[in-house]
Amino acid sequence: MLISTIVITLLGLAFGLGLGWAAIRFRITSDPLVDRIDALLPQTQCAQCGYPGCRPYAEAISKEEADINQCPPGGEATIRTLADLLGREPKPLNSENGEEKPKTLVVIDEQRCIGCTLCIQACPVDAIVGAAKLMHTVIESECTGCNLCLPPCPVDCIDIVDIETDILHWRSPRPDAGIIKVVMQ
Amino acid sequence: MTRSFQTHEAPHMPPQTTVAMVMLRVLYALAPGVVAYAWFFGPGILIQIVLAIFFALLFESLMLRWRNRPLKLFITDYSAVVTAVLFALCIPPLAPWWISCIAMLFAIVFAKHLYGGLGQNIFNPAMVAYVVVLISFPQVMTAWLPPLSLAENSLDLADSLMTIFTGQVPLAGGWDAITQATPLDTLKTGADSGRMVSEIRDLSIFGDYGGVGWEWIANWFALGGFFLLFKRVINWHVPVSLIGTVILLSLPFWLADPDNNPFPLQQVFSGAIVLVAFFIATDPVSGCVSNKGRLIFGAGVGIITLIIRRWGGYPDGVAFAVLLMNMAAPLIDRYTRPRIYGE
Amino acid sequence: MTHATPDELAREAGKRTHHFHGGLRLRHNKKISCQDPVERPPLPEILIVPLLQHAGDIAEPFVNVGDHVLKGQTIGQYQSCAAIHSPVSGRVEAIEDRLMSHPSGQHGPCVVIRPDGKEQWIDLKPVIDWPDAKPEKLIEKMRDCGLAGLGGAVFPTHTKTRNGLDRNIHTLILNGAECEPYISCDEMLMREHPEKIILGARILRRALGAERVVIGIEDQMGAVQEALTRAADKAECKSVSVVKVTTIYPEGGERQLIQVLTGLEVPADGRPADLGMVCQNVATAAAVADAVAEGKPLIERYVTVSGNGISHPRNLLALLGTSFSHLVEHCGGYTDDVVRLIVGGPIMGYPVASDSAPVVKASNCILALTEQDTAVPQPEMPCIRCGECARVCPAILLPQQLHLQIKNGLWNELEEYGLSACIECGCCDLVCPSHIPLVEWFRWGKGQQTQRSLESSATDQARKRFTDREQRLLRIKQQRAEKMSRRKQMLKDKATQQESIRAAIERAEKKSHIQRDTADDT
Repeated sequence: MLISTIVITLLGLAFGLGLGWAAIRFRITSDPLVDRIDALLPQTQCAQCGYPGCRPYAEAISKEEADINQCPPGGEATIRTLADLLGREPKPLNSENGEEKPKTLVVIDEQRCIGCTLCIQACPVDAIVGAAKLMHTVIESECTGCNLCLPPCPVDCIDIVDIETDILHWRSPRPDAGIIKVVMQ
Repeated sequence: MTRSFQTHEAPHMPPQTTVAMVMLRVLYALAPGVVAYAWFFGPGILIQIVLAIFFALLFESLMLRWRNRPLKLFITDYSAVVTAVLFALCIPPLAPWWISCIAMLFAIVFAKHLYGGLGQNIFNPAMVAYVVVLISFPQVMTAWLPPLSLAENSLDLADSLMTIFTGQVPLAGGWDAITQATPLDTLKTGADSGRMVSEIRDLSIFGDYGGVGWEWIANWFALGGFFLLFKRVINWHVPVSLIGTVILLSLPFWLADPDNNPFPLQQVFSGAIVLVAFFIATDPVSGCVSNKGRLIFGAGVGIITLIIRRWGGYPDGVAFAVLLMNMAAPLIDRYTRPRIYGE
Repeated sequence: MTHATPDELAREAGKRTHHFHGGLRLRHNKKISCQDPVERPPLPEILIVPLLQHAGDIAEPFVNVGDHVLKGQTIGQYQSCAAIHSPVSGRVEAIEDRLMSHPSGQHGPCVVIRPDGKEQWIDLKPVIDWPDAKPEKLIEKMRDCGLAGLGGAVFPTHTKTRNGLDRNIHTLILNGAECEPYISCDEMLMREHPEKIILGARILRRALGAERVVIGIEDQMGAVQEALTRAADKAECKSVSVVKVTTIYPEGGERQLIQVLTGLEVPADGRPADLGMVCQNVATAAAVADAVAEGKPLIERYVTVSGNGISHPRNLLALLGTSFSHLVEHCGGYTDDVVRLIVGGPIMGYPVASDSAPVVKASNCILALTEQDTAVPQPEMPCIRCGECARVCPAILLPQQLHLQIKNGLWNELEEYGLSACIECGCCDLVCPSHIPLVEWFRWGKGQQTQRSLESSATDQARKRFTDREQRLLRIKQQRAEKMSRRKQMLKDKATQQESIRAAIERAEKKSHIQRDTADDT
C-alpha cells in the first residue's frame, strides 16, 4: 500500500516536471489577443459597433466589455470567426448596430464641394485628398465605405455608390448546396 | 430569329451513375456469400438480414424526419440497407430480434446521423453496432451454430423464427443442444490449454483452411469482392494490404513454431477477415482518401487483428481493429497526401 | 543506365508516348459533325464584335458610329495587346452593350457592323520574306492581326511567342488532340487545310527559334495523320513530325499533352517554356499562316455546330461576330426537344442564355443539348467519399478533399492541397455518384481565394492608414498641449510676462509700420 502511494507520487512528480519543461521548451509565442481579434475585423473603421474604430472594438472584446456581434460590415462571417477564436457561441448580428450590407464607396460631387475640409477630418483612414478652399476627392482604392464623411458635409455633396462588378472582375458564383435546394422544394 | 435558353451549371451531360447504383452493387456482391451462409448454417441468417434491414430503415426514416431531410431520396440510396446486411453477417444466426434493434439504433442514429448523415461518419456504422452489442450482450453474441453438416440438431425456418423472437430454443436441451464454439474460439481455447495446432485442426469443425463452411463462405465473399474490384466500386489497396499483412505477419510465426501457430491461410479464412477486407475496411467514408493511405489502413487492420487474436481476449478482433484504424484515418490522410502534378 | 535529364527528355518529345494520371474514355460523338465538308454560311445581316475577346482588358474602339469599315480593318485594341478587326466591309451601326459570349452571361461593349455585301479587304501586308524576317517582325504581325489561342484560352499568340523567345525554346508542340466530345473543328481543319497548319508551324518555328515541331493528334484521327504528313512532305519540311496520342480525355490539355509526349510534368507554378517547349493549337498555327503569309487578320474561324438538339450538325467557317442563331439556321435549325445551348464542349463549356450571342475568337463549338442529354438521374447528394474523383483526376488532386475544404472555408489547407493546379477538366464531375458539381465549386473556390488575397491586402492597408492617422492626431494633440503649457509657463513668470507683452506690442507696431509704408508706396 505504502509502496504504491510512493510510486504514484513519484510518477506524478516526474510527469509534472516533464510537462513543466515541455511548457517552457515548446512555448508558442502568439500574438496578444487584441491583435488576433483585430486581424479578423474588416477594418472599415465605421464606428457602427459603438467604438471609434476596429482596434478600439477589438480591445473592448478582449476585455469582454463588448459582444462579438456588433460589427455590421463584418457580418455573419466575422461573428463566426470571432466565436471560433474566442470559444464562444456565434449569435446573430445585433440589429441595433446596423445591417449587413455589401461594401459601398463614396464619391464627392466636385461641382458642389465647397472645400471646407470637414470630411477630410472625419475620414478614419485619410482616404480623402484636399485642402482648405481647394477641391476634395475620395481615393477610391483607400475608401472603406464607412460613410463617416457624410454627416459633416455642410452641402451634402458626397454620394454613396455601389462597387461596379464589371465583366473583367466577374467571378464564378457559389453553386447552391444541393441539400438545401432539395429540402426547400 | 433568336431563341432564349435556360442556363444551368456544369456538368451538362450528367454522369449516369448514382449513389443507389453503387450501394446496389455492394449488395449484389454480398449475395453469393449470403447464399453460401444460408446453405451451410441454415435459414437464421436470412431472418437476421430481414430484421436488420427493417430496423435500419425504420431508424433512418425517423432520423431523416427529425433532421428535416428529404425522406425518399435518402431511403432509396440503400446505404442503410448495406449497413444492415453487413451487420447481420457478423452476428450469430439465432441472435434474438432485439439485438438487431439495438444494433441498428447505434449504427444508424449514433454512428451515422449524429455525425452528419451520409458520407460524414467517422466510424464504420456496422462495426460500431457489432462492437456495442458484443460488449453489452456477450452471452447471446457468442451463441454460434455449427455447420449443418456437423450439427446434431438443427432448426428449420419456423423453429429459427421462434428462437429469434422468443429467445427460447424449441428443443430439449435448449441452447446447449444447438450451439458450438466457432473454429477461432476452439483454436484459442485449445491453444490456451496447451494443445498443438495440428491436434486442434484434427477436430471435425476444421476444413482445409479455416472452419468447415466458413472457408467456403469466405470464398464466395472474395468472389463478390472481385466483382466490386472489377466494377471499380472499391480499390485493390485495402484488400491486398489487409490480407497481405495477415499472411506476411503470420508466416514467420508459423515457420518458427508450427505447433503453436496456425498457418497463414488459416488465419485468412477464419473469422471475418475476407468479409472485412472486401466490404468493411473498404468503406470509403470511414477509411483513407489516398491509395497510399489505404495501404497503411489495411495493414493496420491486419496487424491489430492478429494481435487481438493472439494475445487479446476475443477470438476475432477484426471489428475492433477496424474501429481503431477508423480513428487513425484522418492522421494517415494528413501524411499521405499524393504528390500533385508538377510538384 | 544513366537517367536522361529533363532537357534530354524534352528534346525527345514524341518519340514515345507516355501516360498521364487518371482521365476518362468518353464517347466521341464527333462523326456526326464530320460528314460534310466545311462551308461558309451566307453573310449575316448584322455582326456583333465584342471588344473583350482575349485574356486581358477591354479594347478601346478605333472607330465611331457611322464609320465605313473595310474587311480586316482594325476596329479596336487595348494598349499593345492583340488587335480586333472588322470581319466584313460595311458600316458601324452602333458601339453599345450587347449580350456577349462569356461565362458570366453579362452584356459588354460591342461594335455592331452592318455589312454592305461588297467584302472589300483592306490593303493586306503579308510578310513575304518570313523565312528571313526577324522574329520580332513576325511577332508584331501576329499582334497586329489579332492572333490569340484558338483552342479556347485566347491567350495572345504574340505574347506567348515573345515570352518563348527569351527562354530557349527547342520544341514547338501543335495541339491537334481535340479531346472534348462533339468538338471536331480542329479535326476538320487538319483534314481540309493541312498545308496551312504546316506553313503556320514553320513560321512559328522561325519566330521561336525552335528546332522541331511535334503535332499531337488523337489516335483515331487516321486520315488526319496522312493529310498532315503528306503536306509536310510536300513542303519539304523535315522538322515536323505527327504523333498519335491515346484518346483519353483530357489528353488535349496542354499539361497532359506534354506529359504524354515527353513523360515530363510542367512545374506546378511554371509554364511549358520552363521545359523548353511552347504549345499552340493547330487552328492558331493556321491563323498564323494566314496572317504572316497572306497578311489576313483573324476574322473567321471553324466552329462546330453539333449536339442532339441540332437537326444537321456540321462544321462551319464562321465570321467573328456572327450570331449563333445564324449558324444554327444554316444547320437545319433546332430539333424539337432542345433545351440548352452551350458554348464549348459538354464538359468545359458554359451555357448561354440566348442564341443572339456572337461568335468570338474563343468559340470553338456550339452545342445544343436535348432534354434527354441533360436529364439528371438523381439530385445532388452528400459526398459518399468513394474516391472515384481522385482516381480520374489528371492533376493528381484529391477533389473530395478540395470540395470539403471549399465548402467549409478552410482556405489555408486549399493552398496546400493544390486547388490552383486544377485544370477544370471536369473528369471528377463525370464520375461522381452523388452528382456534386465539383468544377463549379472549384471555380468558386478559386475566385474566393483571389478575392481573399485582394481583400486582405486592402484591409491591411486600411488598418495601417487608420493607425497612422491616429498616431498623427495624437502627435498633433501632444505638440499643441506642449506649446500651450510652455506658453502658460512663460506667462506665469512676471518678469518674462512684461517682456513678452512689450515684445508683442513692438511686433504689432512694426507690422503696422510696414503696412503703412507699403500703402504709401503703392
